[in-house]
Amino acid sequence: MDVFSYDVLVVGGGGAGLRAAIAVAETNPRLRVAVISKVYPMRSHTVSAEGGAAAAIKPNDSLDAHAYDTISGGDWLSDQDAVEAFAREAPAEMLQLEHWGCPWSREPDGSVAVRPFGGMKVERTWFAADKTGFHMLHTLFQTSLKYEGIQRHDEWFVTRLLEDGGRCQGVVTVEVATGKVQAITAKAVILCTGGCGRVFPFTTNAAIKTGDGMALAYRAGAPLKDMEFVQYHPTGLPFTGILITEATRSEGGWMLNKDGYRYLQDYDLGKPEPKPVLRSMELGPRDRLSQAFVKEQEKGRTLQGPYGDYVHLDIRHLGEKLIDKKLPFVRELCLKYQNLDPVKEMIPVRPVVHYMMGGIHTDIQGATPLGGLYAAGEAACVSINGANRLGSNSLTELLVFGARAGRAAAAFAATQKEPGPGVLAQATDEQRRLEQHFLRQTSGAPAGGAGTERVAALRDEMQRSMEASAGIYRTGAQLEKAAGELRRLQERYGALRLDDTSLTFNTELLAALELGFMLDVAETIVASALGRRESRGSHQRTDHPERDDKGFLSHSLASRAADGAPRIKYLPVTITRWPPGQRVYGK
Amino acid sequence: MPETVQLTVTRYRPEQESAPTVQTYEVPYRKDWVVLDALNYIKDRLDGTLTYRWSCRMGVCGSCGMMVNGEAKLTCATFLSHYQRGPIRVEPLTYFPIIRDLVVDITDFLHKLKQVKPWIVRREEKPLAEGLSSVRPGSGQALLGTGEYRQTPEQLELYKQFSMCINCMLCYAACPVYGLEPSFLGPAVLALAQRYNHDSRDQAATERLERCSEHDGIWQCTFVGECSKACPKNVDPAGAIQQFKLAGTLHWFQSLLLPWGTK
Amino acid sequence: MTTGPAYTSHHPRWYRRRVSVWWWLESWRYAKFVLRELTSLAVAFFAVLALFKIRAIAAGPEAYARFLERLQNPVFLLLNGVAFLFVLYHAITWFNLAPKAMTIRVRGVRVPDWAIQAGNYLAWLVVSAMAVWVLRRG
Repeated sequence: MDVFSYDVLVVGGGGAGLRAAIAVAETNPRLRVAVISKVYPMRSHTVSAEGGAAAAIKPNDSLDAHAYDTISGGDWLSDQDAVEAFAREAPAEMLQLEHWGCPWSREPDGSVAVRPFGGMKVERTWFAADKTGFHMLHTLFQTSLKYEGIQRHDEWFVTRLLEDGGRCQGVVTVEVATGKVQAITAKAVILCTGGCGRVFPFTTNAAIKTGDGMALAYRAGAPLKDMEFVQYHPTGLPFTGILITEATRSEGGWMLNKDGYRYLQDYDLGKPEPKPVLRSMELGPRDRLSQAFVKEQEKGRTLQGPYGDYVHLDIRHLGEKLIDKKLPFVRELCLKYQNLDPVKEMIPVRPVVHYMMGGIHTDIQGATPLGGLYAAGEAACVSINGANRLGSNSLTELLVFGARAGRAAAAFAATQKEPGPGVLAQATDEQRRLEQHFLRQTSGAPAGGAGTERVAALRDEMQRSMEASAGIYRTGAQLEKAAGELRRLQERYGALRLDDTSLTFNTELLAALELGFMLDVAETIVASALGRRESRGSHQRTDHPERDDKGFLSHSLASRAADGAPRIKYLPVTITRWPPGQRVYGK
Repeated sequence: MPETVQLTVTRYRPEQESAPTVQTYEVPYRKDWVVLDALNYIKDRLDGTLTYRWSCRMGVCGSCGMMVNGEAKLTCATFLSHYQRGPIRVEPLTYFPIIRDLVVDITDFLHKLKQVKPWIVRREEKPLAEGLSSVRPGSGQALLGTGEYRQTPEQLELYKQFSMCINCMLCYAACPVYGLEPSFLGPAVLALAQRYNHDSRDQAATERLERCSEHDGIWQCTFVGECSKACPKNVDPAGAIQQFKLAGTLHWFQSLLLPWGTK
Repeated sequence: MTTGPAYTSHHPRWYRRRVSVWWWLESWRYAKFVLRELTSLAVAFFAVLALFKIRAIAAGPEAYARFLERLQNPVFLLLNGVAFLFVLYHAITWFNLAPKAMTIRVRGVRVPDWAIQAGNYLAWLVVSAMAVWVLRRG
């Protein structure tokens, strides 16, 4: 095994990871910093984000307004000190990205343009056409190339964290192309591995969003916070999960059930009007729309397809000219990736998992309770998004907290000694585990082993269980059932059989490791949801339909117990200036 | 539409064989399935050893580039129904070394990308603080004064097309020059160099021109033009390179006739 | 302990496909490209021919008459004919590709490709018309 050594190691090469690495390089150019990613950085899921990134810059806007919108949108579960810091640092971070070359869309006078976005009362969402995440990621990646001090390990897969004496000391990884197990020691590790949407069957998330960093931290003893808060987007394509943007509805699209009926009028969202009305019918809040879908499903009024239930989003009545002018991207996505022309056919849609508010518990500097371990981005939960994220906050979050975590990790690493050789024993253990458990390379064992379970089959069952029990509406009974199902899946995971036992670019092995991460993360989602006996934001319990500030104005913390199952504790939310109010949809 | 279709896929297991072989699979033929869906079906249900890259399934991450019936394509954007009959041939991107099955090595691209300095270069940076007044909450003051580099929509238009590159490498797989002369910087690298050359905020166009005028740069391109045809994002790298050649030539004349005048 | 990945750009086990000498026959588009490049030979042919013509003119009217007679030779006629077709192909592909290298913007809006191509063809027509007029006068 080879051993590499850095001062700061960033796991994950997306928006948060790259921003953190740059922050380290700028804070202290003498530090040895590396970014390790299981895919090339420009493949990271940041690239798919479309809408925009929020930062208050207009004269009629203020930092407080941005903070308040975020806090109330988060149903008061956001830590207000974190949100204040976030709103305050957002404009500078966005400006920095502009200096680094991000092609923000502009006003005619050349100043940065902003546009309105759901939940934001003032226009503050910066955007780069309809490909904001793509441009942000490529700007960050290309800018990171100018720092000689930033090393990269592309397509290296982290399988566990090295820890010693309550401190994180590095990682064990597999160099995917050669199958070689490598140890990387570091004085500080920053996890920026993104969310875990692939735990669910219908998601906008890419294949790589498997909660790796969350599970790594969880297994190393760092708790996961607010895992029960899973954000759905009401309109995604059923098979691919591709997001059909809200603009489709704001331009006048209708949502129809199997009888061709605009069913949203049955759910206290106004009455159908000839023109779209803000915050009414199809323009209602995202979670209300997703909930309406589930209710329609229960009534048997949704359509059944080969990939699951769905409803129709109809924009045919808008006409080809308007669609090509205002919704060209929607038409392009449907044609290119679904083989469907929305000018002539109705678009099949259903709610899809889009974002994880929960994640690795960090303070407002990005530090986890485990010394030397930091986290930022969707993988982390600071928390600024609370119980429900407002659109366009997460891209800004990558920059603000990526930079914060980078600076904090750099400062910490500068005070630390080199990790001792003791941690390397853990790396050798890990190598043995990979060889024996997955690749069945011990002498005498047949290649592939005697296991009977298949990765894809277990993954499908996990996803079905999560959608049925930990989806938009939850009950205690369903969640208990899911907890049991997940426990059994964990056991069956021990009997996995892989077809591919080679060492060269073994993606079946990676899929198996990712499945292990996902099972752990899924268990924390279910356990946290069980524990929270209230409904708040995106967590809706039909057996506890009211918000309960007395009992649950706190974050759930899921930690791994000795038997491997999660135990939940609670941490009060930090309130500074905005006492909890009603989350108003602003009629 | 028939029930199933055959896919003939390149296999290469370096631990077992010294050259690539071919394997045929039968997959369901669905109207909304792309070649990538067929590969996922194979890997999940038929043969877990089939290896390929993919991620976003919506043509923006650039991972899933492969040769389909001899043409460089994003397999997430190539419908099975486009091919009336099988077998559909799926091979790794041409001109790249094959690591395993359909996975190729693209480190050459990353190595070359760095050489054209794909970032904003300025002699003097505008300090961030210049644009951010110390704002008191609720003051209603504009938070971005003169902080950003002003760039009109017209100026943005000058480089926007070249900034759409998703680094999918289809252009390299379509470029015979890259195949015959592996040292060639290549379409995407040169298009990205142009993206920064035309960005009004950048000041290193001459520096990049010097680098790209070397033996492995723009002059190695013979304008086959296949790169732009293969590009799924309409970046038009061929156009970027020809414009680069024109600019380079004019710059050379200028430096010849007015040696003191060039920046 | 080492720093930085020891990168495997020339890993021995990675398979490097050889590019065949006949690569240009693999697709019709590649073949058209090679044909286009070969038109440079036709252009060179006409250039050399022009040099010989000038030499003949300089040597006097008899030398010039002999030169023209040689050009009537059927082999030369065929060669000229074929070369002319190639040069035509050369000109057409050149004009069609011109907009790629020349991006002209009028008041911020990019002049569309067809306009630049049309401009080239128009100029060609005008110059040809002028050449015909001069020849018919003399």
